[in-house]
Amino acid sequence: MVEQVPLNHALIITTLMFFIGVYGFLTRKNLITMLISVEIMLNAVNLNFVFFDHYLFPGKLEGHFFSLFIIAIAAAEAAVAIAIFINLYRNIRSIDVEQVDKMKY
Amino acid sequence: MGTSAIIFYTIATIMIVFSLLAVTSRKILRAAVYLLFALGGTAAVYFMVNYFFLAAVQLIVYAGGIVVLIIFSILLTSHIEEKMQKPDSWKIILTSILGLGGTTLCLYVITNHLFASQPSTGVEATMTTIGEKLLGYREGGYVLPFEVISILLLAAMIGAIVVAKRNKPEGNG
Repeated sequence: MVEQVPLNHALIITTLMFFIGVYGFLTRKNLITMLISVEIMLNAVNLNFVFFDHYLFPGKLEGHFFSLFIIAIAAAEAAVAIAIFINLYRNIRSIDVEQVDKMKY
Repeated sequence: MGTSAIIFYTIATIMIVFSLLAVTSRKILRAAVYLLFALGGTAAVYFMVNYFFLAAVQLIVYAGGIVVLIIFSILLTSHIEEKMQKPDSWKIILTSILGLGGTTLCLYVITNHLFASQPSTGVEATMTTIGEKLLGYREGGYVLPFEVISILLLAAMIGAIVVAKRNKPEGNG
């Protein structure tokens, strides 16, 4: 793939994906869709790590391990976030960010 | 244009289109399914750069774990038929300006920088290499982050259980 696709094109794609995630995070009001946007951003960053690793430092596998650790952290984050959403829904019957003005429960 | 270039650009188009749909779709369950396709495209890219273990982890953890978790929480908290209301138009405009500005800045930097791409060496990310690096404590080993991540996952698991636990009302058994 190194010979056929320049690194610039790969980075352009991840940039677009990252800012699509930013757009979704700022326009959405439902907490679950905001979590989806965060996952898209994390995914774009993972791809970036892998591309830099593959193109600029082949054989060192550094980006590979960073992506692996980011995936593990994303899984932990999603689990805790969804636990919070479910508890919120149980308490105030809504997961809309504009109605969540207290998180004391 | 070679075969792998064609495949790569096709996957890239799929990823971009489905990410865009995932953040703009007004039906919440569809947004989750579009996210699944975007993540699957990412796994395909990992396969293309010969990181098979990473691609498998991406498919198992993201597609098999996180998306299923998101779909479960959607089913528990939302009415599927319901359409979400459109965000305010001033918000769409301001956010688009911010996003386009950020994209332009990044693209300007990326397209004006010459990256010195190295030809790929024969080193493969085999399971043996990955295992030795993940548990290696000498130079180039990742045993400390590995252990820290394991503690983090344990803490997150316990935290999720504690947060989502139903507090029973007194004397209501």
